[in-house]
Amino acid sequence: MSVNIEVNNKTIQAKKGETILEALNRNGIKVPTLCRMEGLSPTGACRLCVVEVEGKSGLTPSCSYPIEHPMKIWTHSPRVISARKMLVELLLSNHPDDCLYCIRNGDCELQNLAVELNVRERRISGEKTKINLDQSSPGMVRDPSKCILCGRCVRVCDEVQDVSTFDFINRGNSTLIATSMSKDLNFSNCINCGQCIMVCPTGALHEKTSFDIIQEMLNNKDIKVIAHYSSSVPVSLAKALGLKPGKDVNGLLNAALKGIGFDKVFDSAFGADIAIYEQAAELADRIKNEENLPVLSSCCPGWIKYMEQLHPDMIDLVSTTKSPQQILGTLIKGYYAEKEQISPEKIFTISITPCTAKKFEAQREEMTHKGVSDIDQVITTRELIKLIHLYGIDIHSLNDEFSDEPFNTRSSASKLVSVSGGMTEAVARTLNYFFTGKELSPIQVPKLRGIKNIKEIVLKMDKKNINFVVVSGLKNANKILAEIREGKIKADFVEIMACPGGCINGGGQPFCNDEKVQKTMIKAIYSTDDKEAIKVAHKNPGVLKLYNDFLKEPLSRVSNKNLHTGYKEREVLL
Amino acid sequence: MNNIVKEILLKNVLIPTKINVDKKVLETLQLLKREKVIHPVITISSNTPSKIAGIDEVRKQIEDYINERNLNVTILEVGSLGLSSLELIISVQLPGKTRLFFKQVNSENIILILDGIFNNFIQEEYVLGQLKNKIQEPWAQVPFLDEIAYFNFQQRLILNQCGFIDVNSIDEYIAFGGYQTFVKTINQNTPGEVCDIVEESLLRGRGGEGYSTGKKWKIASSTVSPQKYLICNAGESDPGAFMERLLMESDPHNVIEGIAIAAYAISAQKAFIYIESDYELAIQRIRNAIDQATAYGLLGHDIMGTGYNLEIIIKQGAGAYVCGEETALIKNIEGKRGKPHSKPPYPATKGLFGQPTVVNNVETLVNVPVILDKGAEWFKSIGTEDSKGTKVFSISGKVEYTGLVEVEMGTKIRDVIFRIAGGIRNNKRFKAVHIGGPSGGCLTEDHLDTLIDFESIMLVGASLGAASLVVLDEDNCILDTVKYFMDYLQKESCGICIPCREGTRRMAEILENISKRPKDENGYATLQRFKGVMQLETLAEVLKDTSMCGLGRKAANPVLSTLKWFRDEYEEHIFERNCSAGVCQELRTFEIDVDACTGCTLCAKKCPTGAIFGTPKNVHFIVQDKCIGCGICFETCKFSAIISK
Amino acid sequence: MQEIEKILDQYPFVQRDNLIPILQDIQNTFGYISEEAIVKVGSYLKMPTSKIYGLATFYNQFRFSPKGKYHIKICNGTSCHVNANNLIISEVEKILGIKNGENTKDNHFSLEITSCMGVCGMGPVMAVNDKYYTLITVQKVKDIISNYQQMEV
Repeated sequence: MSVNIEVNNKTIQAKKGETILEALNRNGIKVPTLCRMEGLSPTGACRLCVVEVEGKSGLTPSCSYPIEHPMKIWTHSPRVISARKMLVELLLSNHPDDCLYCIRNGDCELQNLAVELNVRERRISGEKTKINLDQSSPGMVRDPSKCILCGRCVRVCDEVQDVSTFDFINRGNSTLIATSMSKDLNFSNCINCGQCIMVCPTGALHEKTSFDIIQEMLNNKDIKVIAHYSSSVPVSLAKALGLKPGKDVNGLLNAALKGIGFDKVFDSAFGADIAIYEQAAELADRIKNEENLPVLSSCCPGWIKYMEQLHPDMIDLVSTTKSPQQILGTLIKGYYAEKEQISPEKIFTISITPCTAKKFEAQREEMTHKGVSDIDQVITTRELIKLIHLYGIDIHSLNDEFSDEPFNTRSSASKLVSVSGGMTEAVARTLNYFFTGKELSPIQVPKLRGIKNIKEIVLKMDKKNINFVVVSGLKNANKILAEIREGKIKADFVEIMACPGGCINGGGQPFCNDEKVQKTMIKAIYSTDDKEAIKVAHKNPGVLKLYNDFLKEPLSRVSNKNLHTGYKEREVLL
Repeated sequence: MNNIVKEILLKNVLIPTKINVDKKVLETLQLLKREKVIHPVITISSNTPSKIAGIDEVRKQIEDYINERNLNVTILEVGSLGLSSLELIISVQLPGKTRLFFKQVNSENIILILDGIFNNFIQEEYVLGQLKNKIQEPWAQVPFLDEIAYFNFQQRLILNQCGFIDVNSIDEYIAFGGYQTFVKTINQNTPGEVCDIVEESLLRGRGGEGYSTGKKWKIASSTVSPQKYLICNAGESDPGAFMERLLMESDPHNVIEGIAIAAYAISAQKAFIYIESDYELAIQRIRNAIDQATAYGLLGHDIMGTGYNLEIIIKQGAGAYVCGEETALIKNIEGKRGKPHSKPPYPATKGLFGQPTVVNNVETLVNVPVILDKGAEWFKSIGTEDSKGTKVFSISGKVEYTGLVEVEMGTKIRDVIFRIAGGIRNNKRFKAVHIGGPSGGCLTEDHLDTLIDFESIMLVGASLGAASLVVLDEDNCILDTVKYFMDYLQKESCGICIPCREGTRRMAEILENISKRPKDENGYATLQRFKGVMQLETLAEVLKDTSMCGLGRKAANPVLSTLKWFRDEYEEHIFERNCSAGVCQELRTFEIDVDACTGCTLCAKKCPTGAIFGTPKNVHFIVQDKCIGCGICFETCKFSAIISK
Repeated sequence: MQEIEKILDQYPFVQRDNLIPILQDIQNTFGYISEEAIVKVGSYLKMPTSKIYGLATFYNQFRFSPKGKYHIKICNGTSCHVNANNLIISEVEKILGIKNGENTKDNHFSLEITSCMGVCGMGPVMAVNDKYYTLITVQKVKDIISNYQQMEV
């Protein structure tokens, strides 16, 4: 029901029952917020969104107070601005003064608030909370002294991911955010998905960066430095580099990386095609033998760690296929090194991904052979952008280049993997070929597309009904797994991605609040599938050549040795 | 429990209609109420302060005394009369005579007192007073309790049975009229009518906000829901308030009855009492009372055949002042961190487990039976225009008599402090009275004629809150008291909203800076300190305007009220760096008495800033600019040659 | 530990509002909440341990390390404060060398500054384990602690 309310002496339309903030935003009036999270219920904790409402003593939080009729509101009266300014100053009084050295310099919500509210002097000073950094995790760093206790990380980890690594501890001004028993991250149940980083307004949470070692390796003439990037990366760079959002800059990226000095630039999508091929073979095998179904996907390292901690009873169901990143790493340090006659120790591989959990995956025991890691370093999309700037690469003056042989071809199916449902669609295409010898028709499966959290479809392949389930976000995954355990769902293949919406929303992606930009990135992925000719992994010429020369066939002895891995139960404080 | 007595009470007293007044019933009631006794009865005050002061030892001595002489004497436990500073209090009632109360009883004098009373002789120095009794002979030359100043000026509606009634007996409670109101109400009134009566009586919540109790009940009552809850907030974490503790220890059935009627009014079938876990004795008494009431059929399933069910559950708090706020309390019961949340939604529409919940303070609930019994009009005749009824205070600090007092709304503060509590002890000068704990404010001598009611107290910048009165004299420093409350608040803040979490911390630091003389204060530090002080009022205003809950909003009350009324004391600390009450340790100034100093050089050696100069065997001298007021020299000097100002 | 199981058996309904009573029982039985206890309770109530830890640290009642043999509590209610209990507190801190919430190195003594004990007429008040001392002065405190120290020699 629509009502008229008065805001800043003008009449606007509001709906009864919605919050003041919703009504203001719809009418183009912006009010600063901090603890608010899209899609989750408001808490009214930070008090920055307060407005003056006639007849109420004190100021009212607009994010949680419902519209009443009649109502007279002032959003920027002197009293309100003065209060908001004081609140930001109070936050700043307990915040380190090291903006220039901070990883979020220029991209920090607290900085933005201080600028918006015109904070020009230190009126309040006092003792600051001093806590040590937690650098124990391979994927992330926690800096509690920069934490402003907005609680977003707690909420995303609890309400969206269902991992609940953090919670508020203590009380009053001793309040902190900590893991269970205040242990370091590497002892906690953190899966490194980085969703907390994506919502953190300051530099309290960020990925572990490793530029020093990369620069050192690039300087070292004896080391061959090889970079490869996941299929989401080329569509995620455009806005940050000043190009049209959603533009696929694959060619420019190759050029940029070569400009930085990488000896070889490969495409991890090649690895994705192999992963699709192997997983489809695994699925076909298990369907034929009617055992160990459903196959649970294995390309998401966040999900894998989560499974090892919380659902170890499902280990036998998880596909043993490595993730695309690791597949490529193994091939580089094995097949490629041998072919080029370079010692694996002289190769330094850097994987560029949208994911922080991959930093954890790269250092897993199983991904290291005789002291040499398959993937030496993982950097996120955000870090890549910084690297491009560090090396003075002007993207506008570059021309498209190709990535290098032998890992440079890819099908459009491997591109689909970036979005939730993509791996399933790709596997379905190859599985259909295994069962029928023909391509899936129609080859595109729109029902598996989009960022909806749970998707289900049944596809008919050679008189068999194959049930596919796609889920992203671990809270949803728990729901599906419970239903599988109880036998309520019939599934042959379940794709599980820890990040809601898939890798395109990974913990290493550029910070962006604009939904429209995200939509253009996803659109770019799907348009690749429309445009390109090779739409299936099993027709990727490079992949076929590799199998011919080296791997022989999926699930062969060589394939198993190089492309498959194992898992084990993890004991952590749940 | 005596089953014969129980039968009599159930058939004749706990009935919806008029009490059956046959001879057997009357006699039972008389004995239960101890209007007459057949053999001597000794009551001992059994409550937390008395237990700490040693009542158990005294009880043992009484038991030994009785056993040795083969006397037929009953010993009963009662609660507290409210006169904490005169504990231990016992009473002796001999057959044929009135009940005689003794004060300041201890292990040394108990035998003397007993010897006396059993020989019809009274140890006058320990006599408090006697209880009026229509049918018994009074003791000569002993004041009646209600003539003593402490009780005379009080109007005890809620506390009238505390300290007199056996805390372990439901029979006695019923004999005094207890539970009769409850039984009548559930038989003769609908829940809606009960809400109407309470709303008409203009009863306001005693827990702090002063919202109309009846209105709150009606909101919950009218919200459609299969399950509703009543929560009795007996949290009382206010340091310096012990009213709810003593009430629950002394008259637990009154609390239960209030809860039961309130739960019926909102059609709740489950009620919770939230009591802090360290209130062990209170929890035990309430638990006992619930069990006894259930055994009588007054709680549980199909109460007294009316079809109404009620279960009362005790929930123990785990130690958090913020859980006194209703939304935080609800979170605590749900098993979460006690964080308040924004209102709306109000608990009365959506509270515990998402259901309509009414949270009422213990004192509010204890008013309910008497309102239903005597009527809304009667209740309205007590008190002032906006604040009806009485108010219970815990009074402590530098007064002669500390304890619980209950006065009619509209009584002057002066009367409470000087008439009831006996004025300032040790002949010191009154400085201030702090009302309402950490959320309240300080009032000066000029405000002593302020009336005690919701509006008048708010107008002078304090808050009635959970009503603790702490009286300060000339030896107390206002700044120190405010610092104490601010320290308390910043520890008890839940930490969720920025103004309260960061604001209280900064205010505490500013107050700390005012009362300290830092070791090496350079110009910049002084500037920062002054900047801080100027921010005190602004910070306080922002806290009041933007905090999420009452704790934050009222956190600035102590500071704002003292800044208004005691500005000169602040200025003395800031500009003159002096604390005239001598409390702020680091603002003390020390001087060396030239006549007493022997020149032993010990103080000079120990001084951390090298502020003492002098040569051996000659009089030493303290340089005030270097002195930080730590007091080490004062403690070191063996010749008492250092004077502290 | 079996005793934790016994406590959990008293709460057959797996619901979150049993969390605080369970923790209170554990605190009363063992004197503190151990990591093992948190894990067991989390597994029983199907709750993440971070939430249980977060809740336990919020409230004053819960400790995470055992108390000393002689646990000293000093009342810091308003009345005791205006009756100059700060001198008592600093004296105890000086003699034992520990602050609020800490244990002495030999674990003989632990100190807790509590909120109002309700004995406002007889403050300052101190308790050692279950024994209460009222109207204490700096000298009395010295004597009381010295007595307990003698017992340990």
